[in-house]
Amino acid sequence: MTITFLLDGKEVTSEDNQTLLDVARENGIDIPTICFHEATTANALCRICVVEVEGQRVLQPSCIVKAANSMKVQTHSEKVVRARKTILEMLSSTMDLSEAPEIQAMMKEYGADVNRFPDAERRESAVIDDNPMYIRDYSKCLLCWRCVQVCAEDAQYTFAINFDGRGFNTQIGTFFDRSIPETSCVLCGQCAAVCPTGALKPKREYLLEQGMTPQEISVLNTGRKKRK
Amino acid sequence: MIKPDRIVTTTCPYCGVGCNLQLHVKDEHIFKVTSPFDSPVNHGNLCVKGRFGYDYVYHPKRMTTPLVRRYLLEGKERPENREQRFEVVPANGQSVSNHLVSNLLDWVETDWDTALNFVADNLTRIYKRDGSDAMAVYACAKATNEDNYLLQKMYRAIFRTNNVDHCTRLCHAGSVVALQQATGSSAMSNTASQVIQNDVFIVTGSNTSENHPIIALQMKEAVRQHGAKMIVIDPRRIELVDFAEMWLPLKPGTNVPVFSAMAHVIVKEDLVNHEFISNRTEGFNEFIESLDKFTPEYAEEISGVPADDIRKAARMYATADKAAIYWGMGISQLSHGTASALALINLAFLTGHIGREGTGLNPLRGQNNVQGASDMGCMPFHYPGYMRVDNDENAAKWEKAWHIEAGGLSRKLGLTTTEILSHAHEGGIRALYIMGENPMMSEPNLNETRKHMQQLEFLVAQDIFMNESGAFADVFLPATPFAEKDGTFSNTDRRVQRVRAAHAPRGQARVDWQIICDLATRLESRLRVNTAKWDYSNPEEILREMGNVNSDYTGITYDRIDKVGLIYPVPTLDHPGTPTLFTESFPRGRGKFHPLDFVPVMEEPSDEYPFILTTGRVLEHWHGGSMTRNSVLNDAYPEARVDMNPADAEIHGIRNNDPVCVTSRRGEVILRVTVTEKTSVGVVFIPFHFAEAAANLLTNDALDPQAKIPEFKACAVQVFPARESDLPNPDAVLNRGRY
Repeated sequence: MTITFLLDGKEVTSEDNQTLLDVARENGIDIPTICFHEATTANALCRICVVEVEGQRVLQPSCIVKAANSMKVQTHSEKVVRARKTILEMLSSTMDLSEAPEIQAMMKEYGADVNRFPDAERRESAVIDDNPMYIRDYSKCLLCWRCVQVCAEDAQYTFAINFDGRGFNTQIGTFFDRSIPETSCVLCGQCAAVCPTGALKPKREYLLEQGMTPQEISVLNTGRKKRK
Repeated sequence: MIKPDRIVTTTCPYCGVGCNLQLHVKDEHIFKVTSPFDSPVNHGNLCVKGRFGYDYVYHPKRMTTPLVRRYLLEGKERPENREQRFEVVPANGQSVSNHLVSNLLDWVETDWDTALNFVADNLTRIYKRDGSDAMAVYACAKATNEDNYLLQKMYRAIFRTNNVDHCTRLCHAGSVVALQQATGSSAMSNTASQVIQNDVFIVTGSNTSENHPIIALQMKEAVRQHGAKMIVIDPRRIELVDFAEMWLPLKPGTNVPVFSAMAHVIVKEDLVNHEFISNRTEGFNEFIESLDKFTPEYAEEISGVPADDIRKAARMYATADKAAIYWGMGISQLSHGTASALALINLAFLTGHIGREGTGLNPLRGQNNVQGASDMGCMPFHYPGYMRVDNDENAAKWEKAWHIEAGGLSRKLGLTTTEILSHAHEGGIRALYIMGENPMMSEPNLNETRKHMQQLEFLVAQDIFMNESGAFADVFLPATPFAEKDGTFSNTDRRVQRVRAAHAPRGQARVDWQIICDLATRLESRLRVNTAKWDYSNPEEILREMGNVNSDYTGITYDRIDKVGLIYPVPTLDHPGTPTLFTESFPRGRGKFHPLDFVPVMEEPSDEYPFILTTGRVLEHWHGGSMTRNSVLNDAYPEARVDMNPADAEIHGIRNNDPVCVTSRRGEVILRVTVTEKTSVGVVFIPFHFAEAAANLLTNDALDPQAKIPEFKACAVQVFPARESDLPNPDAVLNRGRY
């Protein structure tokens, strides 16, 4: 059904099953996203896409909230901008965003202060190099959940990874903490393809960054490990 | 973060799905592969091979210098036994060729001029002495349409022989022949992206999750998100069974009774589509008479599938609004492979599940371009476009296209892949040219194949690695993989897509179509003929020349497929392509029912050989292994394994990981066991990628009488314990949790 509502003060029409994010993009309004990805189910985890909807107590995640008749939506109100800036500041104070150029650009745009939370504890962990195809560097993980989704019903139906732990200690992990080759993982790399921060990365790319030459990489023969 | 110098859009070199790839190139090396999420074929999804398996392009064993045998350079007699497999021993950071030299023994590195002159001289000598019937060529289902078109053109136009074939003979020849007989076409009738429109679909003889992983994702999506029901009919408990409504575990080689019993049920319970049968088919009455004996109980006795399951599956397929059948080698690689495929076609005709979207008869083609190489006429009975060679009208069209005198092209049907080697003897095939194939891995009964290879007088290998077959060659021509050339691939659902070079060929390696043109020119000057065109300036000119005669491709230009491929038939330049075939009629007019008989496999289990061996592929590897075993993929799956059911293992006192010897009447291999319910009782499974334990040493070279496809899917074997020290590669360890 076609509906009409006010988006940033301008009257727009859309279908009633469209999300606010969708309608905004159709109308040339830029709402930033981090966890949202065209190939995965939207989950409103990162909250960077929040907008202000008149009559709603809290900010609404535009990636999942559907447009409705007579809605009044502000995509860049003061409250919205402050929320986005704070999210970016919290992210940057707890994790490594060095390989997330899109988020870095957002921080610049929103004037995020990297030193806003100087006492924040950083989420740090060692690089996990347990399979021939990709490495996992969870210091760079912002828990957007895309990797879990593509491993599950958004693409691969393999269910090799999921959230592990609670609260601050939440991390993406395998069941029973097994190494990737021992899980149901089929090494398709869909997870690395949707990772927005370089936490998951093809191993060849990683080794090249570490200074190895293509020739050196080609003669690595990790398959010939002795039996345990 | 590595910033790419450029990103090159191309098509995956592995299976027939034809996924769209983006190669990220830095300093003339691909360092990462991604796929656009709006790609029409795979929606951004890739499997392990497509995403990570490109590194063979840079493997130290890659051949990049032409090689000839020392005897040729010294003008001596050819030694009796030419086989020489050599290991290239690379050192970090050094060029391969320095290290090759010390390993070469009777091979000598040379330049292109010398190598091609030896090839031209020897092929000319043998052709002049023994004529067309002594010449044969294997084309390559991994190479581009353009490469393949030119290779068959070279042999047909210059040597006037139809002894042209490729690995389609070893994979879907049974399906191709059956579809030709019953419909007049020979490809998937519908596209893979229509899977999600199916209400019910049958997957049979195909381990889709491992062999066409991206189509398997669409099948799972169809089941989990669109409410489709999947019926798996396969001797192995493949991964798709987890998503299936029903699994019918039939004994290998009992397709005809199971599918004919389904037809029996459909006819008996009057679930047939009368309108479709009377309007679109012929031979129905003879067909139903032949069904009398195929009761579900009879099929149960032969196949082991409970009669009631056959009934239930038949009803489910017949009563669906839209139902489709997807099949793989388990149907075609049998000595009655044609009959097996016909049994499926009969089912579609009975129910009218063909000619509409979301229905269809869909053989899943194995290689990236096996559809294309077949379309390009790399088959002994057909010119490009499936035009029979024994038809004067067809031959005349190609005589005109290639500037050959009327009546000049051979009307004689050529020899098939398997026949070419079995005819390698005095008075038969004397010279063989192999582009990219590896018969010493892919043919059945390899011990026999070895003898044939040794009897060839002259063998040319044009490849990227010195594989098991190149070891028998007299001249080796270093060619280029997908990442170093331009052209087109035609995928399993007839989509013609662009292939683009990421960077220049390594070393002295040359693009395949240029090698062929250079050689063809040298051959023509030696034979003092000057007919067909060989001076192409780009691959598109080659495709145009072919498309001018082959109407399926007439409307395809590089411009039109720049972003998104076109699904042939594309008869004109403004034609949008044909995703669904047979909507109005079949190419042969009416679809033809074929009455069938049950013929057992050639070699049934016995006391001496109590197991049925069935062969196939695994997710991480590719056919003869030239690519994947020289890749990081080999780290993910480093060793050959034989799958055995826990019940059989217990009886024989065999535990998981034990080394065992598997023997057949033709050979033996030693490898580790995986005890798993993935294979049924009485059936063992060995993938055929591993040279050190080659499954095809065991397989039976019995052929299907019509399609000449060998019976890879069933032979009798024995399994007994071996010692750890007998294993060819005891250090390799497979430690994977995936099903």
